[in-house]
Amino acid sequence: MRRSWILAGTLGLALAAPAWAADTIKIGFNIPMTGDIPKVGESSKYAAEMLREDVNSKGGLKVGDKTYKLEFIYEDNESKAESAVTTALKLIEQDEVLAIVGPNSSKQAVPAGQVCDDNETPMISPWSTNPDTTKDRPWVFRAAFLDPFQGPVAVDFATKTFQAKTAAVIYDLSNDYSKGLAEIFKADFEKKHGAGSVVAFESHGTKDQDFSAQLTKIIAAKPDFIFVPDNYNQVALIVKQAHNLGWTGPFMGSDAWGSAELMELCGDDCKGHYFSTHYAAAGATGATKEFIERYQAKYGYTPDDVAALTWDATRIVLQAIQDTGGLTGDLDKDRKAVRDAMAGIKEFDGITGKMRFDEQGDPIKCAVVVKINDQGEFVFTESVCP
Amino acid sequence: MLSTIVQNLLNALQWGSFYALIALGYSLVYGVLLLINFAHGDVFMVGAYIGFFVATFLLTQAAGLPGWVVLAVTIPATMALTAVVGVTLERVAYRPLRRKGANRLYVVITALMAGLILEHGNLALLGASRKKFPELINEVVYTVGGVSFTNLKIAVILAALVVFVLLHFIVTRTKIGMAMRAISYDKFAVPLMGIPIDTVIVFTFILGSSMAGLAGVLFAMSYPVLEPYMGALIGWKAFIAAVVGGIGDIRGAFVGGFLLGAVEILVVAFFPSTFRDLIAFTVLLVILSLKPTGLFGVAKTTKI
Repeated sequence: MRRSWILAGTLGLALAAPAWAADTIKIGFNIPMTGDIPKVGESSKYAAEMLREDVNSKGGLKVGDKTYKLEFIYEDNESKAESAVTTALKLIEQDEVLAIVGPNSSKQAVPAGQVCDDNETPMISPWSTNPDTTKDRPWVFRAAFLDPFQGPVAVDFATKTFQAKTAAVIYDLSNDYSKGLAEIFKADFEKKHGAGSVVAFESHGTKDQDFSAQLTKIIAAKPDFIFVPDNYNQVALIVKQAHNLGWTGPFMGSDAWGSAELMELCGDDCKGHYFSTHYAAAGATGATKEFIERYQAKYGYTPDDVAALTWDATRIVLQAIQDTGGLTGDLDKDRKAVRDAMAGIKEFDGITGKMRFDEQGDPIKCAVVVKINDQGEFVFTESVCP
Repeated sequence: MLSTIVQNLLNALQWGSFYALIALGYSLVYGVLLLINFAHGDVFMVGAYIGFFVATFLLTQAAGLPGWVVLAVTIPATMALTAVVGVTLERVAYRPLRRKGANRLYVVITALMAGLILEHGNLALLGASRKKFPELINEVVYTVGGVSFTNLKIAVILAALVVFVLLHFIVTRTKIGMAMRAISYDKFAVPLMGIPIDTVIVFTFILGSSMAGLAGVLFAMSYPVLEPYMGALIGWKAFIAAVVGGIGDIRGAFVGGFLLGAVEILVVAFFPSTFRDLIAFTVLLVILSLKPTGLFGVAKTTKI
């Protein structure tokens, strides 16, 4: 009996909470702060906090003739698809946010995108590259390039740099991002080098720690390089185990490698390999350089691509809110106005490059290929633009 | 082709060693208490973390110590500390229930909860960020006739075999081993013969947990990315391995562990890797349906 009173009390408080905050704009963050890739959530949160402090220290965000304070609500999706859905619902219904930034991985962004689209809440994913995230979903946007673009970038780069004629792929079967990118890569590589040029195409599960069987198969097929579109935590294990099984050839990775934690987990094994990503921290200029320096001073490490993309994604949201010309206070109307304004952004100058948006809500922007040098820095090697 | 098969067998032996070392803990405790200690996978995870902290502590406090010395200290220290964790679990979670004569079902649920507490306690204490296990020994890759292996891989397999021989000796040839077997036959008559039942149970937990600690260190060296949930899946699979081998029997735990490791690796070697768990567990299911008590199990009527 007593417990139900407490429950009712907390529920009452939770329902009452939005009423106090009249002159604030609430933006939800659906990010992985625990689970498989906690560093991704941390990067997102840190970048967003920096932006929020920037705006609020200047008095707030001016929309029309009124100035609002920003309130960012960070919710943990545990890096799971089902939690991303409940987190999105919580942000939409309970926290009544105006827009949602995240989830980051396609694995969570694809299902969460459906929830946001159904509930008519604008969502922008900073890091998701799988086409399905935004496909036929007018309420869902993103700040990253797409895998159908990233796949060919990896194919062309590897063909040129490693003089590759054959390739092998190892990917995570239960991860939309990894699986999608692996298939795109395979299709494109075989188109350019003939059928059967992808000599091994192996999968594994998300919680797997031993990849020796897959890697033995791959190494026996003697590819010119191995393509690993996997999250950084698995990359660390895959690369090390491949070396232990006698592999000395090159690896080509994808943007999921680009976490600040990769080198800490992978160490010397990852040095000398390449991956395609959204921006290169080493050698950046202009606004990007300023962002990197400020982030580094505040948090003590170089921001990874997730941090940079979250910064851009959140700024896109803020710009869309400003473009509405004024908020009515009616949540449904405001969400619609923000969506329309976001769809109306034609060009955006972000720290991860200039982007234009197509009718699906996807940016058209450049990718870079970076090399992991002997100091463990991600060094700019090549930029590929659509 | 031959080299690929040998390579896969080596991989299977290494992977199976971990299943075997963990399955052993399930089997020992079940053999004595008829309790499925579902926290055991997480005791293994705690073992890996203890190994991590001991090794990092030694590396920072006594810098300049050669890696093999650090390893030589880390392994026994980790085994001892993990044993403490296992015994604490028994004292805090299982013994009170046993004293109150609770049904085994409740003890199993307690074990599940204890496992979750270990996982989430770790998450709360250390955060979600992964830990990188330091490199203690220089891993050397040897290639003989197209087969590549490292010194660590060989060490893991040897360690599992040594542990098997040692435990088999303890259980079948020593007095305390006899007491362990006696308790599993009749928990009520044994105390009447003057055998200190609690001591024997504690000893069982020490054995099982210290092997989990050993497995934790070896695992962390082979797969040096540590996270709070690393013990969950491998723990479940090791439990299945113990059941397939015949839970309660040490030979069963080892054979089951190596069998599961071999099936998992060989399925990937000859079929598309997408079907790994599907085929692996179908094979185990078939074994169990043919021999429900497991390979080494003996059918026992339960006393109610």
